[in-house]
Amino acid sequence: MTESIGTTGLVLNEPLLWEKGRMGRTGYSLPKTDVPSAAIDDALVGEGPDFPDLSEVDVVRHYTRLSQWNFSVDAGMYPLGSCTMKYNPKTNERQAGLPGFAGAHPLFPETLCQGILELMYDLERHLAEITGMDAVSLQPAAGAQGEFSGMLLIHAYHKRNGNPRSKILVPDTAHGTNPASATLCGYKSVAVKSGAKGILTPERVGELMDEETAGIMLTNPNTLGLFENHVKAIAAIVHDKGGLVYCDGANMNALMGIVDMAAIGIDVLHLNLHKTFSTPHGGGGPGSGPICVRRHLEPFLPVPRIVKTGETFGLSEDFPESVGKLHAFFGNVGVMIKAYSYILSMGPDHLKKASQLAVLNANYVKERLKGVFHLPFDAPCMHECVFTDKHQAARKVTTLDMVKRLMDYGFHPPTVYFPLVVSGAIMIEPTETESKENLDRFVEAMTAIASEAGENPEGLKSAPTRCKVKRLDEVTAARRPCLVEPPALKGEAPR
Amino acid sequence: MKPIEDLTFPEDLLYAQDHEWIRMENGSAVIGISDYAQDQLGDIVYVELPSVGQTFAKGEAFGTVESVKAVSELYMPIGGEVSAVNESLGDSPEKVNQDPYQDGWMIQITPQDPSEKDALMAKDAYLEMLKGLS
Amino acid sequence: MRYLPHTDEEIAEMLQAVGADSIEDLFAQIPEECRCRVRLNLPEALTEWELNAHMDGLAGQTASAGTCKNYMGAGSYEHFIPAVIPHLLSRGEFVTSYTPYQPEMSQGTLQGIYEYQTLTARLLGMEVANASMYDGASALAEALLMACRVTRKNRVAVSRAVHPHYRRVAATYFGPTGYALEEFDFGKDGRSDPNAFSGGKDLAAVAVQSPNFFGGIEDLAAWAEAAHAAGALFIAAFTEPLAYGLLKSPGSLGADITCGEGQSLGIPQSFGGPGLGMFAAKMEFVRSMPGRLVGKTTDMDGKTGFVLTLSTREQHIRREKATSNICTNNSLCALCAAMYMAVLGNTGFKALSKLNLDKSAYLKDRLAEKGFSPAFSAPTFNEFTVKADPDFETRRRALMEKGIVAGVPLAPYYPALSDHYVFCVTETKTQDDLDALVSEVTS
Repeated sequence: MTESIGTTGLVLNEPLLWEKGRMGRTGYSLPKTDVPSAAIDDALVGEGPDFPDLSEVDVVRHYTRLSQWNFSVDAGMYPLGSCTMKYNPKTNERQAGLPGFAGAHPLFPETLCQGILELMYDLERHLAEITGMDAVSLQPAAGAQGEFSGMLLIHAYHKRNGNPRSKILVPDTAHGTNPASATLCGYKSVAVKSGAKGILTPERVGELMDEETAGIMLTNPNTLGLFENHVKAIAAIVHDKGGLVYCDGANMNALMGIVDMAAIGIDVLHLNLHKTFSTPHGGGGPGSGPICVRRHLEPFLPVPRIVKTGETFGLSEDFPESVGKLHAFFGNVGVMIKAYSYILSMGPDHLKKASQLAVLNANYVKERLKGVFHLPFDAPCMHECVFTDKHQAARKVTTLDMVKRLMDYGFHPPTVYFPLVVSGAIMIEPTETESKENLDRFVEAMTAIASEAGENPEGLKSAPTRCKVKRLDEVTAARRPCLVEPPALKGEAPR
Repeated sequence: MKPIEDLTFPEDLLYAQDHEWIRMENGSAVIGISDYAQDQLGDIVYVELPSVGQTFAKGEAFGTVESVKAVSELYMPIGGEVSAVNESLGDSPEKVNQDPYQDGWMIQITPQDPSEKDALMAKDAYLEMLKGLS
Repeated sequence: MRYLPHTDEEIAEMLQAVGADSIEDLFAQIPEECRCRVRLNLPEALTEWELNAHMDGLAGQTASAGTCKNYMGAGSYEHFIPAVIPHLLSRGEFVTSYTPYQPEMSQGTLQGIYEYQTLTARLLGMEVANASMYDGASALAEALLMACRVTRKNRVAVSRAVHPHYRRVAATYFGPTGYALEEFDFGKDGRSDPNAFSGGKDLAAVAVQSPNFFGGIEDLAAWAEAAHAAGALFIAAFTEPLAYGLLKSPGSLGADITCGEGQSLGIPQSFGGPGLGMFAAKMEFVRSMPGRLVGKTTDMDGKTGFVLTLSTREQHIRREKATSNICTNNSLCALCAAMYMAVLGNTGFKALSKLNLDKSAYLKDRLAEKGFSPAFSAPTFNEFTVKADPDFETRRRALMEKGIVAGVPLAPYYPALSDHYVFCVTETKTQDDLDALVSEVTS
């Protein structure tokens, strides 16, 4: 095979901040004191936080070394199913960092912030156009808060109609957050089993849907990477009983410019700007999870809403049926700016092409790995495909062993053991920003690991071997949690 | 995970479908989870148990047992009032893995209706059930 | 398009490998009735340079620290951000990495967040802190829900001196739960009023913010005692964590949960977000806490390393019984706050905190001399409330044209407090700025 991307290099050790600090250093240029010292009641004054004193150089080296222990999209391919780890364009960072945006106070009167309001207003319109929905709120701070908002809207809608209802249908291929979000709204999740082909059947939904059920939470394409072909019929069944259809739009990257979410019967969906719209994941956030709704749910959207009167943009609280506020201000505006930049950079044709290539890439990987790993649902996939470790089970090699080994080849592991409906799942989402040669290298690496599973299964148990650390003792971490560094003993530090 | 043949199931216990066991002792009953259940869960990191004095019906959840990446509810094999709990599992949940039938016991109860135990399985029936699962 | 690497030849080769004649074939399974009928109606693609010009234009139509002298705080604070922070924080290894579910490849984020948890716990005087929440408002909502879980009670009481937006977010979260969220009043001194608060057996939590929305420093020790006497947990909220460089920490005064907004710690204001929900608690409640946690452990060779831990609390494992539905949090903002706390250190953090008090006290005194009397007697940190003449609002609007934003009016939030304004002064304002402000508002 081609020489592996993964190799070892000089990795620098770096202690915790406290072990580096020396009392009397500073990394901060303190502004001059040009006013008299103010008195304060001694009873209010504490000892000050037990932070280490570091120089600017100490801090720079510390975080530079830490950063070098991370894998990232900037460094290589991240085929994490359902996470859409596409390339994060650098111009987006420039735009969000413009002083006019970064330094704006959220309570500025509208006359002082027309620029950012215009941006948010236009972003709402663009997201409505991309999904086919009628109205958008950018307020939810991440996908899970978007789901929660969607559930709040459904709850408010039913409540206005006299009965908030008590249950919600959640397919077994849905995202893990869905049941937790439904619970926050007091809904009991009712699991819907997918059919033999890995997608929902109208019959099954029909059996479960009743007038105590608020609706269904779909993920489309679902977490097996399959388009829910019966979605329109399913939506009709749900609507027929007065229910609403929620769509988890985490997988929207397969459908831009291709599927009209309103036409398929969706009433409300959330988007993840940090997936489909290229904003970086930041090692776990910040994200942004706008919700898009049809006209009948618009009155319930969170406030304030951005409104346009003539040529002037404003913020309005005048929506008496609104579910209220979800964020202290307007959501993660810094993230919205990046998504807006992405949409403007791509335009209508490249957004559609991105979805097409995302689907092409996933199908290409699926075809190339089909003989190597067990493919539980052999159908054309959308933006991701799901394999299992069934072929390797005889050698007692698990999904975990194989994906840990993938790190040594210079790739981030795929999403594993999800969706739960597939045992030992390996869920691969290449995204459109990976070139054919990157996919070929990934396929080579996966194939090489499958051979290792046959020839040297024991070797895989100790993978990875080229990372900063080997497999970690998660059992002790959970049995005896050490979540903060204990303070140094008196006399031991600071030195 | 081990083959069923390598697991142990004492003769003097009764087993429930959800893999709890009970041992009847002079009018009270001690409850824990079977060797099969601990093996399926893997390394147990936390056991959440009720307080003494709480009462649960047969089939009701009385606690949870956690491994690193899974949580399972614990269900009452028979109903009763909790008379003692194994406090030592707080610091050493691994006892459930190491010795599920002795040191790894979970709660002791005063049964409300001792006849409820008649619906539980003896070792052989439980083993049959396990073979059906695999 | 520069983000899409495929050449036409490669697309042809890949289609052949897949066994499709065209890209459209790949979507053949999607029923016709589900398709978009027309091309997306979006602006045509911009070049990088056109985008820069367009965005410069929008940013230019937004006021910011660079273009105006802003004396508003109210949950979003203007502080100097040392150049090392944006520099380090923009490293692609931090920005473009995923949630650290694969610890071997994510030790940088994991150690960074473990340090953040430690710094946060020490700042707030608490035993454990999580890896972050979205913002101060949702952190308070989650803290109140957590208190209901811990105590198995169903009523919470929140002071009206807590940021009005935070109370509204909490109300949204409580809306469908069936739990009761009550508010209690503040007294004449501008602090939460112990006589306005009613205990009761069903009370799960009492929440008070310090410094509060009016800038007043609350007597947290007394509130902790009152809450505990009622059998409830005490939640201390905050919007300005810099205050705890100087003031006694909420944990040292008896808080069971401490939560608030961390934007002050090196994070740009960005029109209100992303900020940082800080969340800390007593260790005994850790298993009821929402959000991710990083723990220290060792690898197969005995080497120190870090992992996400106690994950069974979270949505992807416990599903409908999870402690919260939060998944993606504000990790990069937490790392930013950690960097900021590291840059300042104990010495710098204390000094900066005192400087904020000094500058704010200076303006408070000068304004008082000119007839803007302090509305409340409670001690303050870097925000304070004054009562102005009824014609001040006109003057204040006129000052905006000059690029001065003179305080936050309280009337929209507290109708009874018309003509009351909350001013905020941080280290970013010089004595000259403050003198100029005083002469402008009084001229």
